Amino acid sequence: MTISSDTNFDKSIESKNETSEADPLDGLRVAITGGTSGLGLALVREFMRRGARVAFVARHRENVEQVACEQAGAHGIVGDISLKDDIYPIAMQIVGELGGLDVLINNASDLGPVPLAMLSDTECEDLERAFATNVFGVFRLTKALMGALAASAREGRGAVALNVSSDAAINAYGGWGAYSASKAALHHLSRIWNEEHAADEVRFLSLDPGDMDTPMHTAAIPDADPTTLKRPETAARELIDAIIAALPGRDLPSTQSTPVFTSEGATL
Amino acid sequence: MIAATHPIQRPPQAKLLVVDAERHIAHVSRSAFVNFLRSGDLVIANDAATLPASLEGIHLATGRAIEVRLAGRPSLKPEDVLRFNAIIFGEGDFHTRTEDRPLPPSLTVGDQLTLASLRATIENLLGHSRLVSLRFDGTPDEVWAGLARHGRPIQYAHVPTPLALWDVWTRIAGMPVAFEPPSAGFALDWRTIAAIRQRGAAFATITHAAGISSTGDDALDRLLPFDEPYRIPGATARAVQRTKQRGGRIIAIGTSVVRALENAAMADGEVRSGEGMATQHLGATSRLRVVDAILSGTHEPGTSHYELLRAFLDDATLRQTSVELDEFGYLTHEFGDSVLIERVA
Repeated sequence: MTISSDTNFDKSIESKNETSEADPLDGLRVAITGGTSGLGLALVREFMRRGARVAFVARHRENVEQVACEQAGAHGIVGDISLKDDIYPIAMQIVGELGGLDVLINNASDLGPVPLAMLSDTECEDLERAFATNVFGVFRLTKALMGALAASAREGRGAVALNVSSDAAINAYGGWGAYSASKAALHHLSRIWNEEHAADEVRFLSLDPGDMDTPMHTAAIPDADPTTLKRPETAARELIDAIIAALPGRDLPSTQSTPVFTSEGATL
Repeated sequence: MIAATHPIQRPPQAKLLVVDAERHIAHVSRSAFVNFLRSGDLVIANDAATLPASLEGIHLATGRAIEVRLAGRPSLKPEDVLRFNAIIFGEGDFHTRTEDRPLPPSLTVGDQLTLASLRATIENLLGHSRLVSLRFDGTPDEVWAGLARHGRPIQYAHVPTPLALWDVWTRIAGMPVAFEPPSAGFALDWRTIAAIRQRGAAFATITHAAGISSTGDDALDRLLPFDEPYRIPGATARAVQRTKQRGGRIIAIGTSVVRALENAAMADGEVRSGEGMATQHLGATSRLRVVDAILSGTHEPGTSHYELLRAFLDDATLRQTSVELDEFGYLTHEFGDSVLIERVA
């Protein structure tokens, strides 16, 4: 079932305008991977601005410290989700420092070979690296945090795991093979998780933020005209609206029980 | 009993000894646990994740190697991770049985300890040569990061391979506040939780900072369990009340759940939500006001866990369970087999 992004986003904006209550993000405990650049950084900034409690993860200590310095009160965690031995230390710091977890955003991604390559020209190691981050890393971290998310749901706070997807998860674009195949696998993980944890009231979203002006996009298409690309701040606000719509206390159309894509061309 | 030596949370051959409210004893596969649930029952587990609470380091004043095992904290607050009570061993590691571990060097207030990237100061001596309170330097986030990177799960000699966090986190592990795993919860996976609901029973959780189970010292072991902070969510307190009103049973997964619920109901039998500190030691003379049945590991007489089971069952029947656990080759300790005991009505 397809829901266009417009309908979805209009609805949550509408209900926000109707009430003068506190921001639904106030006090929300949110973890974001890949939180020091591009969409991840925009999400950290927007959640912080709106009163959420944020833990973010990234690989490089200096970048983590810089963002933690800019966003006073945000919890910076150094770790690499593609490494098995980093997963539990990351999960423990997220839940320990936030005192629980309401929203997990699996945003960190690996593009595969740079520059992009046809599949037959792609080194196995580049394919493995894309899957290590985009599939196994997300799988491991989500599994380690499932207990915390389910605990939040049992308390009526709601629980949402948002896996950042791409229209390449659905469409076959030449040159995007490693990224595309890994995002397709992730998209299906999201759908099955959503099915299996419906009774635990943990919701899974698999959303395409669209083509954004980010370092990853520059790596993929260096000569793209940035003025034609979405700003990551815009995409962050749209994703946050979708998360709010998936939290309890919102009237959801019944059709929204499956994850939805939000960009043109990428539908379930 | 023989110790379970492999860190496997749900071995397919895991056994369950069941004692029902009429004191009948039965032996089944642990995977059949849900068959004993009735519609209207409420299963409550401890969703604490386990801290890597063992830290190797150096006692700076003497330069000697030590192992610090965190064993208590004042509250469950995320930022309340600077002060802990701890057991300190001399050099060596889990491969040596705790009762054979050397004492730490003589400790005094103000002594500095370096524990990999963490640094701590001894704040108080707690009446025993290896029990102290300490304070970490740094911010709460730095302490969380240091524990996450350098701590190891507390471990005993009966499991020969080093444990990783994924060996000791239950499937439902949330807040990392337990010092040793709430291991009765190893029996639960997501499929079992779904099966509990399919039986018409409900599932809820408390969070209890389960403490260490053995110190290697008889005098200290007699003080176990130490005071343990816990938190009971509002949804769980309401579910208990609803279940009681409708005549359902409260089934605790593990001794820590019994300790938290009974502590929270001590005043008037009503389970209150919120944070508390479990200080009571449950035993033969304790009157249980909340919990009707317990799923637990197999425990040897003399341990605090065995003492708690005496609140559920008369001594003669409990002795008989011990005989049968031995006779049928049940395994003991955290990765061992289980018992399900319903309180004698």
